[in-house]
Amino acid sequence: MKKMIVLLLALVMVVSLAACGATEGKDTESAKDTESAVESTPDTAENGVKVMSYDEFMAAAVNDEVVIDSFVQAKQSWWDNKASVYLVDTEGAYFVYNMACSEEDYEKLETGTEIRVTGYKAEWAGEIEIAEGATFEIVDGGMAFTAAPADVTDLVGTDGLISMQNRLVEFKGLTVEAYDESGAAFAYKNAEEKTDDLYFKAKVGDTTVNFCVEFYLTGADTEVYKAVEALNVGDIIDVEGFPYWYEGANPHVTGVTVVE
Amino acid sequence: MKKLLSVIILISLALSLAACHGRSRLSTFEVPHGLGDGEYEITFWAKNDTNRVQSEIYKKAKEDFEALYPNIKVTIRFYTNYGDIYNDVITNIATKTTPNVCITYPDHIATYMAGENVVAPLDDLIDDEKYGLGGSELRFDCPTKDEVVPEYLAEGILSGATYAIPFMRSTEACYINKTFVEALGYELPDVLTWDFVFEVSRAAAKKNGDGVYALNGQKVMKPFIYKSTDNMMIQYLRQADLPYSDDAGNVFLFGEDTKGFLLDVASNVSADAFSTFKISSYPANFLNAGQCVFAVDSTAGATWMGPDAPLVDIAEEKLVDFECVVRPVPQVDPENPQMISQGPSVCVFNKDDPREVLASWIFAEFLLTNEVQCAYSKTEGYVPVTTKARESVEYKDYLSRAGEDGDEHYAIKLAATKLLLDNTDKTFTTPVFNGSASLRDAAGQLIEEVTKSVLRHKTVDGGFIDKLYEDVSSLYRLKSSVSGPLPAAAWALIGGVALVWVALGAAILREKISKSRSKS
Repeated sequence: MKKMIVLLLALVMVVSLAACGATEGKDTESAKDTESAVESTPDTAENGVKVMSYDEFMAAAVNDEVVIDSFVQAKQSWWDNKASVYLVDTEGAYFVYNMACSEEDYEKLETGTEIRVTGYKAEWAGEIEIAEGATFEIVDGGMAFTAAPADVTDLVGTDGLISMQNRLVEFKGLTVEAYDESGAAFAYKNAEEKTDDLYFKAKVGDTTVNFCVEFYLTGADTEVYKAVEALNVGDIIDVEGFPYWYEGANPHVTGVTVVE
Repeated sequence: MKKLLSVIILISLALSLAACHGRSRLSTFEVPHGLGDGEYEITFWAKNDTNRVQSEIYKKAKEDFEALYPNIKVTIRFYTNYGDIYNDVITNIATKTTPNVCITYPDHIATYMAGENVVAPLDDLIDDEKYGLGGSELRFDCPTKDEVVPEYLAEGILSGATYAIPFMRSTEACYINKTFVEALGYELPDVLTWDFVFEVSRAAAKKNGDGVYALNGQKVMKPFIYKSTDNMMIQYLRQADLPYSDDAGNVFLFGEDTKGFLLDVASNVSADAFSTFKISSYPANFLNAGQCVFAVDSTAGATWMGPDAPLVDIAEEKLVDFECVVRPVPQVDPENPQMISQGPSVCVFNKDDPREVLASWIFAEFLLTNEVQCAYSKTEGYVPVTTKARESVEYKDYLSRAGEDGDEHYAIKLAATKLLLDNTDKTFTTPVFNGSASLRDAAGQLIEEVTKSVLRHKTVDGGFIDKLYEDVSSLYRLKSSVSGPLPAAAWALIGGVALVWVALGAAILREKISKSRSKS
């Protein structure tokens, strides 16, 4: 009996190691490497629609059917078999709102995972996205890719910022402003329970940017949520996040560092 | 024989236990004689519209109440949407950790009531001489039953008993850029019809050769945008005297008449004349940017509407100046306008200790006092649910000061409020049953899917809608859970139970016969 248990344990260990080995083998690739990887995948989705480049996606009209291959950068939420995610490829970034996704599949989506998304292009309050109901598949043998944040400080207040929509970016040396007439540096959407978004404003030059700590993306127990709760008017900060759009730039913040 | 009996009893027991599994039953609530000397800690789950003033009103109500009843401590949990309250209540029913009092919709209560004795019936409490509405033992000036607007009180009746009292009421309104309507050569009627709204919207959708809309000189125009498409469908069916559902839970939504309306919607989407909140964004944002002619939203969203709205989500430079007016939602028959009655209600959850339920009820009643009713209704285009508050000096003064300032007396908010006050007798609600919340979602989904599909260049015709009916009714399980036949598993269970009882009866009978034979 003991022999049998030892044998079983050994077998389980071998299987586990093999599984770990497969994960470790997915090295993070540079953008350049990734480009060739994307090219090597079939360029037509199951429905016959050609897999689009970022430029082709942007050139598509709102409500056109779109197919993209891209890499998960952040998972915003999962609820009722729907997931919202931020994606990036070598040319640009995407936000997919409420794509069909089981909880089991959601767990498989790690930062860097390459997925193919099929859906419809949409625009909601200025946010260019792939509309609710899109489907996805994890690209077989796909590479892992995580983009480094791009510094967009110089783009604030210019038309160039929107070209970085949904991509991981950083803003440097912003000055925290009073959020409202109360003089506070930030505001809760649900001040009593702290179970919802946090908002703050910071200025670069003459331009004020409205930031949002999106609760589903980064909840009350995250470092960024706590960092924003500790902000004071006049603090000089660096901000990292995804430039989401709601009637203008409204980046979803993933990191805040007080530098002064 | 004894063995057979034992087996049968064992099966019956197992079936009974299986039926009870996961449930910890509460007794039927009966009104106690009084609170006694006990201390009570009750929880109140409240909803505010991300509006700090509303939270402050709830907090003040709690403080004022606790001052009157030092033995009742109220803990408030704040939510910013009804859906989260609904989900949390459902999660907490199994563990008997529901709140004591919560803000809710009657549709949601119908789901809560799927659990036995989970929600306290309120009729005996309402009528209780000491602690009922206007009761003699209450330590505050509570409205009597007759002072609660009867239409609103009736909305809390489910399966023949009252399970909710109203807290605030609103309806939907159409917020209109009158400047645009007149620029298009139309005169705005007092009561809009669907035909008028769609006709003007089509005219507003005309573009110049350069792709810019002729009416506003912008690249964006959503002539007619609707926030809650479930209400849009429900109100249209009611106005057209077409069936939607009945008290028994029968669903009539997926019919030929509905199809006609959906095809009308499709035709207007195709003409660039109609869109929805889910597809485009908040109606107020388009209205205030001069990108919309007709924006339908709740009267409880009135503070966002108009060029001088106190609450604005778009950049100041995008705001345009125009004359904003408020009208009832579009009608089929302008001589007989009908509009939805909506807004928060309050339910009280049953507990092991009936005195705790009584304490909760007294707090719920406190929410109907003039102080709370007047204060809360002023925060948006809500109206008080009691005639006592409506006729108070404070409320009348509030109404008389429309337009005096751009905040508490913001003209559009007051116009929306008056719209409902003037039309209370023309409001309606839909039948409430376990599944009515899903049916409401399905009603909206039909319009959303038709709109989306037209925009995505799909053919929307009768065949498309038949398939849509199939998909949506299946998605919301409307056939099986509401009006369809019982699933096979349910029939098998019923059959099994029946079989056990028959066998049990037969065994007892057989034993009796054999006993009587042995005696004889």
